[in-house]
Amino acid sequence: MRVLRRAASISIATGAYGVAFGVFAIDSGLSWLEALAFSAVVFTGSAQFAAAGVLGSGGTVSAAILAGALLNVRSLAFGVAMAPRMPRGWMKRALWSHLMIDESVAVATAEQELHLQRFGYLAGGLGVFALWNLATMLGATIAIDTSDFVSQIGLDATIPAAFLALLWPRLQSGQHRIAAAGALIAVAAVTWTPAGMPILLAAFGVVVGSAPAWRRSAS
Amino acid sequence: MTAAAWTVLGLGVSTYLLKAAGPILLGGRSLPPRLLSVAERLPAALLAALVVVTSMSEGSTLVLDARAVGLAAAAVALILRAPFLAVVFAAALTAAVVRHLA
Repeated sequence: MRVLRRAASISIATGAYGVAFGVFAIDSGLSWLEALAFSAVVFTGSAQFAAAGVLGSGGTVSAAILAGALLNVRSLAFGVAMAPRMPRGWMKRALWSHLMIDESVAVATAEQELHLQRFGYLAGGLGVFALWNLATMLGATIAIDTSDFVSQIGLDATIPAAFLALLWPRLQSGQHRIAAAGALIAVAAVTWTPAGMPILLAAFGVVVGSAPAWRRSAS
Repeated sequence: MTAAAWTVLGLGVSTYLLKAAGPILLGGRSLPPRLLSVAERLPAALLAALVVVTSMSEGSTLVLDARAVGLAAAAVALILRAPFLAVVFAAALTAAVVRHLA
């Protein structure tokens, strides 16, 4: 089943990266339990790296929280995209929301039918959650030198590859211009904005770029 | 509590609020058509931005390194209609080989 294969693949890819987070967290001075708490409670890879990195380089708690939260404002956009696809019921939505990550939303939105979108969201979200936390535990436990370990076996290259594979169907269904605009905005913003901003600006660019289409459809 | 524990708490709460705002506040209602059209476009822009940021940036500098070569290998695999896991594996293997040769 295609959706399950995608969910499994992206879980394995991010799980592999979770090992790196576990090691990174220990290197940044976090305890074993704090590293695990990060992955279980915060549960968004890039924000965890950012926050642990700030703490490790001597930053304050508020700087660490802001760095992570800035990276996560995109979760708000993902939530808006997922809201019409989620089941009814306040409690269910509250529980499902914890799984609102790049990977689960990407697997869900790659599907056309509602039941496959929901299944993809849960399969992607729960799969990544399980492997991400196990991998963090593994990484924190072995706590060997991160950057070398990760880059030598090419694991860091799996993340953009996974995102590209998830973007691919959209490129072929006429959204290539939107994707190109998003990529260009992100590249242009990387050098002069804090981490996380390029992705937000890409999202913002799409909102602004959609305005002319509204006016046309209204007239 | 340690600084890391406060960070887990603060970032955990703020992250959850960001994740849950859309689903909880919107409830079972659907969005106005304008907002829906934006929501339909957002993933493509976000995913494309994530591709370039995770492959070509190191902090706030743009770098072209083994990750970009790995990404190119992934693109080739996608053009050849390779399955998802093969795409990801091609990227990792290519990046590892490039680093080994460099």
